[in-house]
Amino acid sequence: MSLQPPIRPEYFHDLPPLEPITLVKSLPLTTRLWNHAWLRKSVILLVLIVIWEAAARWQNNDLLLPGFIQSFKAFLQDMASGELPTKIGFSLATLIKGYVIGSVLAVVMSSLAVSTRIGRDLLSTLTSMFNPLPAIALLPLSLLWFGLGENSLIFVLVHSVMWPMALNTYAGFMGVSDTLRMTGRNYGLRGLRYVWYILIPAALPSILSGLKVGWAFAWRTLIAAELVFGAQSGKGGLGWYIYQNRNELFTDRVFAGLISVIIIGLLVEGLIFTTLEQITVKRWGMQK
Amino acid sequence: MTSQFQPLAATPLLRVEAVNLDYHDRQRVVRATQEVSFDVYTAERFVLLGPSGCGKSSLLKAIGGFLPVADGHIALEGRIITQPGPDRLMVFQEFDQLPPWKTVLENVMFPLLASGKARRAEAREHARYYLDKVGLTAFADAYPHTLSGGMKQRVAIARALAMQPKVLLMDEPFAALDALTRRKMQEELLALWEEVHFTLLFVTHSIEEALMVGSRILLLSPHPGRVRAEINSHQYGIDDIGNAAFQHTAQHIHDLLFSEPRVAATETSPARIKPRFKVVGK
Repeated sequence: MSLQPPIRPEYFHDLPPLEPITLVKSLPLTTRLWNHAWLRKSVILLVLIVIWEAAARWQNNDLLLPGFIQSFKAFLQDMASGELPTKIGFSLATLIKGYVIGSVLAVVMSSLAVSTRIGRDLLSTLTSMFNPLPAIALLPLSLLWFGLGENSLIFVLVHSVMWPMALNTYAGFMGVSDTLRMTGRNYGLRGLRYVWYILIPAALPSILSGLKVGWAFAWRTLIAAELVFGAQSGKGGLGWYIYQNRNELFTDRVFAGLISVIIIGLLVEGLIFTTLEQITVKRWGMQK
Repeated sequence: MTSQFQPLAATPLLRVEAVNLDYHDRQRVVRATQEVSFDVYTAERFVLLGPSGCGKSSLLKAIGGFLPVADGHIALEGRIITQPGPDRLMVFQEFDQLPPWKTVLENVMFPLLASGKARRAEAREHARYYLDKVGLTAFADAYPHTLSGGMKQRVAIARALAMQPKVLLMDEPFAALDALTRRKMQEELLALWEEVHFTLLFVTHSIEEALMVGSRILLLSPHPGRVRAEINSHQYGIDDIGNAAFQHTAQHIHDLLFSEPRVAATETSPARIKPRFKVVGK
């Protein structure tokens, strides 16, 4: 049996102009508040702090696990006395030097790798050789070469930042679409100008994530290196501060040192990287 | 639309002579076009038409300087083309041809600045003029990801025109658009041509689009691409689409393209391998 649809009459509407109606409705206050990432993250932090404090009280042993309030007091005290700010300043100065040198080298290496075949081979060989090598394992050598000073720390920092950064940047460069590449070439861009005007902005999401990974690696390496290295020298950074206080069994100040690391991490992530993303890749619609 | 179709110069602007194009995959070399020759004169709207696999996109990329020719040569104003350059700007089918980190205005200014053709103030003025031509003045400060597909293509066209290239190369620029937008864009392109009289080289696989947009059509046969015919289409405009002459020519082209006896494509049959081009820095 063949099924025939009914034939229905046609009709036409003259569309009058729309009356002004409210098409936009505002969300309730709680939903709007909850839409802020910082608020949600603060709630998570608060919960973690409560768990910590509760665990400490239950444990009831200041030597093993001081509570949040106690640690935070120690943190505030040492911030006020100027001891922590000096240590933080020392660590940050070293960190930034190593980080910047490592990042620049990484971009240079990946630029080399996209423009020549031998550069590509160089990058892939070097990264597969050195990326798995823990930076801290290079510290003894570094101390031998550069002596007991900032330079040997910078050396291991560069090592820890450069390889993951280079891998990310290079992956970003390789992911740039053919159309964009051809567009750039079409304008007569070549060499460094091509890298600067086309490849770097187009690969910015990957470069930014490389910068983030590099930042975390740098912190870890620095604190670990200072724990070893600071013990042999009077002048030290945060790692040294942690090490010293552990020796003297000021566990609350050990935690104060850790809190400093965490706060700096949160600030850099929350202020610098988020802002960078907001004004670049998010604004350009390259990242959600 | 008939009176303008007088070659403005006695010598062709662009000469393609006996061009063979190859593309390579890992195991073999596949011939994309065989002995293709044609001339394009100033202010022509020259269409490369053929089924997929006829090498029309490859030809356009070779003229753009992105793909080296295996044999023969391509010359623009007597100079052999060896590399890409801003005198042959390309409008691609893909929407991601607009760098997403530049606003619409900056996108149109970009080639002017990158090629050193204009200073900033001059480039801005120029860019605004052509943005106005494509009706996007209101969106000058918007980022590409906020635009619709049709608007993105308009920006790409404005960007190319602002450079005043010797030839404007368009690689199926409207293929990714919906049918209604495509029709509108075809009309706008023709209106722009009426105003500016640029030289256009247009690749399409739609017979109708070729007849509407083009003033002269090169027909290519597939596997490898060889010249089948050159046909005049300057007499047809957007409004002729339904009329008998138009339909007749369309049918004629259809027959030319598809009536060929099938012999060649048996042993090699490289059908449907999309050519991959070696682009700088890959």
